[in-house]
Amino acid sequence: MYEHDVLIIGAGLAGLRAAVESVRLGVDTAVLTKVHPVRSHSNAAQGGINAALTDRGDEWEGHAYDTIKGSDYLADQDSVEVMVREAGDTLIELEHMGVIFSRDEEGRLGTRAFGGQREARTFFVGAITGSAMLHVLHEQIMRNDVRIYEEWFVTSLIVEDGVCRGAVAMDMRTGEMETIRAKAVIMAAGGAGRVFEPSTNALICTGDGLALAWDAGASLMDMEMVQYHPTTLAGNGILLSEAARGEGAYLINADGDRFMENYAPEFMELASRDVVSRAEQIEINEGRGINGNVLLDLRHLGTKFIEEKLGYLQEVAVEFRGIDLGESPIEIRPGMHYIMGGIKTTIDGATVIPGLYAAGECANVSVHGANRLGANSLLDTIVFGKRSAIAAAEYVKTVGRNGSSDSQLESDKKRIQEILDRPQGIRWAAMRNELAESLTEGIGVFRDQASMEGADAKVDELRGKYPQVSVDNKGKVFNTDLIFALELDFMLDVAKSICQGALMRKESRGAHSRTDLPDRDDENWLKHTHVYKDPDGLGGVRTETSDVTITKWEPIERAY
Amino acid sequence: MLAKLRVGRFDPETSSPEPYFQEYELEVEDWFSVLDALIKIREEIDGTLSLRCACRASICGSCGMRVNGRAKLVCKTKLDSVWSPGETLTIEPMGNMPVITDLITDFTSFWDKVRQIDPYMQPTGPEPEAEYLASDESMVHLAGVMNCIMCGCCVSECTVLEVDENFIGPAALAKAYRFVADPRDGKAEERLKDLNEPTGIWDCTRCMQCVEVCPKDVDPMGRIMVMRDLAMEAGVKSTAGSRHTDSFVNSVKRSGRLNETRLTIESIGVMNIPGQLAMAPVGVKALLKGKLPPVRDHKIPSKKAVGEIVKKAEGKN
Ligand SMILES: Cc1cc2nc3c(=O)[nH]c(=O)nc-3n(C[C@H](O)[C@H](O)[C@H](O)COP(=O)(O)OP(=O)(O)OC[C@H]3O[C@@H](n4cnc5c(N)ncnc54)[C@H](O)[C@@H]3O)c2cc1C
Ligand code: SF4
Ligand code: SF4
Ligand code: FES
Repeated sequence: MYEHDVLIIGAGLAGLRAAVESVRLGVDTAVLTKVHPVRSHSNAAQGGINAALTDRGDEWEGHAYDTIKGSDYLADQDSVEVMVREAGDTLIELEHMGVIFSRDEEGRLGTRAFGGQREARTFFVGAITGSAMLHVLHEQIMRNDVRIYEEWFVTSLIVEDGVCRGAVAMDMRTGEMETIRAKAVIMAAGGAGRVFEPSTNALICTGDGLALAWDAGASLMDMEMVQYHPTTLAGNGILLSEAARGEGAYLINADGDRFMENYAPEFMELASRDVVSRAEQIEINEGRGINGNVLLDLRHLGTKFIEEKLGYLQEVAVEFRGIDLGESPIEIRPGMHYIMGGIKTTIDGATVIPGLYAAGECANVSVHGANRLGANSLLDTIVFGKRSAIAAAEYVKTVGRNGSSDSQLESDKKRIQEILDRPQGIRWAAMRNELAESLTEGIGVFRDQASMEGADAKVDELRGKYPQVSVDNKGKVFNTDLIFALELDFMLDVAKSICQGALMRKESRGAHSRTDLPDRDDENWLKHTHVYKDPDGLGGVRTETSDVTITKWEPIERAY
Repeated sequence: MLAKLRVGRFDPETSSPEPYFQEYELEVEDWFSVLDALIKIREEIDGTLSLRCACRASICGSCGMRVNGRAKLVCKTKLDSVWSPGETLTIEPMGNMPVITDLITDFTSFWDKVRQIDPYMQPTGPEPEAEYLASDESMVHLAGVMNCIMCGCCVSECTVLEVDENFIGPAALAKAYRFVADPRDGKAEERLKDLNEPTGIWDCTRCMQCVEVCPKDVDPMGRIMVMRDLAMEAGVKSTAGSRHTDSFVNSVKRSGRLNETRLTIESIGVMNIPGQLAMAPVGVKALLKGKLPPVRDHKIPSKKAVGEIVKKAEGKN
């Protein structure tokens, strides 16, 4: 058994930023992660991070307004205000740690334009912003010798008398299971893209944190809000960053027309993501696509410019498709990208379970609402990673000695042994494919009652069959076969909560676009959906709604 | 299309673990990467095959492996760029690192070496309230190094690491350059002094392997060479490094080519007996691997031309 004051699960930007803060506050801190920190999916963020720097004439109110409008008024406005007001300071902190942000002529931080915003307030490092930030935070972790449980996989949270007191995890290198007790746990385990196919997310984004917290009793809020990115590579869904459009790329259909003229004449390609994704889907559905795709066209920018400003994009196009973006357009389509929904937290990262905090993509502080603006997620991870560490540091002062029971460890060991002992049954990969297909179909860019019910029924059916899932690998050392089977268990829970959230919301708002109920309904649905796990409830869940917090910005119609 | 893959396997849990190869045959699509093929094996044919991968998009650095003997990111390697129907493609774990199981290697020493170069920015002077001022060119230049995703491909193929496991190695040295060349860092000179010691920048033999295999164009060797120049410029003298260069210059003057064996001996100092002894195992290992160059210089035909270049260069200084 290991013991710490604060245990951070996840070593992406949210987890590492929390760790840096926690150590700075002198708290006994450990980070636990299923992949080496720099392999975390935060490294994939290309475009940048938003902040309104007041010393250069930008105003946080503008950033707040764009965020709230982008969210289709589902974001809690008090949370948004916290995020955008702290953005400037947190950005400068990162620069001081060593992030090599792009500069302007005077040597100050430079910006680029991003979708859904009227000011260019996105700070960036070429097309490697997330990676550049993640590596620098990891430098700080090395500098401070923070204890990292690297390539450890969490199987359960420990909850005793309604209070979170640590986690049970497997050291993947040895296959041994251990209890890691902590006075507070910060869940920073990232997104759940793999519940869909295609997705821009890494293969490790399986929603473990969402499922772990859900199982422990937390609310998963607004899970129906799944963002489809407008520009993902035809085929496997690798992302082509919004930075392309920020730098001036066009979207064209089979006829060569810049079709955004018909959907968002003012913002054109830089309208909000949900708007652009829907426009593309309509073009494709109405027969103006090419093999189920539309085209992203950068030719007018020139190869030299593309290589300098969008190097990684060019790398992807050349290496994965053999296309020089300066010479020809590339086929793209909307693909699952981000989950706005997540573990409900306060602005200090606290969940409904004492001792359990959450930050980053798995959390829902409600800053993205029904649609996240590009480059606001990195900001979310940094601001609320830090805030949750500060809150956890205060909380642990109030907690006495931790317990010593091994019961969660024992039951996890038993559950895993059962999977290992099972003779040949269903392959996890086959079930995962079936799950991802039905979710993409049922909870896609467009959805309706029947499609959502279909997905929900499928999830129940697969859940029923999960006890037949078996693995080939019966060994202990790096048994990735077993890890995938355990992740699938998490994915089924996440999928269930998404379907239930979607079925609750009887309107269209942001990413939740119902063809059978196409209008936004502010009268009845300026509300968050909450789904709890509840063995006694219908379908194993309990649902409720709560009001959206509106402060200064009254909902108006959203046009770009 | 039917593809045949020969995959390096290793099961540490058997009574006497030995690496071996296993062959797989599978249907592949023309857009498949090598990783797509390996994933298909693991998902549909043999779940016991273990490998690391995450992003599928050459950014997480998880999937370095040897493909037909050379380290590559398998996600970034299109299958048809290294294999044609009828052939067998060989996949093995990376080199210069212990294998944990199958295609998974142990990065412990990789990260220990990164730690060794104090891998964090150390500005001197008071912290400004806003950002540090720096030119965009300097940041874009550093982005070339920050592009490093710590995948280990360079380390896998480094010829010096193969014979001297203490060499800091291409990845960590490239990382060191990222700080040395950062206008905001205040410790460049101290860093260069440390890097000037044995196992540092002078131990690279310029074999180019790291440059060739790096999937992100980080150019570790080029960075090492720049740091050598910077160390000399900073007057970090009377160390193994500068002696090395003197020896280097002498060697080139003498024969028109570099005599690596003499270079090593002279760099450490002919009278530095403990130092020479410390190097001995490396020399012996290199000899055993057939890598030790002869002690007597072979003269190259264009020696005269080289002599001219040396003269010109010296005249310029
Ligand atoms: C391709 C792409 C591009 C993007 N570009 C941008 C952008 O330009 N700007 C922007 O603002 N946002 C962008 N985003 C979104 C943003 O990158 C992510 O939302 C954000 O980085 C998530 O960070 P995180 O710290 O919450 O999670 P992650 O970085 O995903 O980290 C999750 C961590 O949890 C750990 N973990 C998970 N499960 C377990 C378990 N069971 N046991 C132990 N550890 C576990 C993992 O090992 C990992 O360390 C992009 C996303 C994608 C997919
Ligand atoms: S050039 Fe130097 S660092 Fe690079 S592989 Fe060769 S010896 Fe190693
Ligand atoms: S320098 Fe290149 S090969 Fe070496 S670790 Fe970095 S990215 Fe990989
Ligand atoms: S899977 Fe991430 S680099 Fe290959």
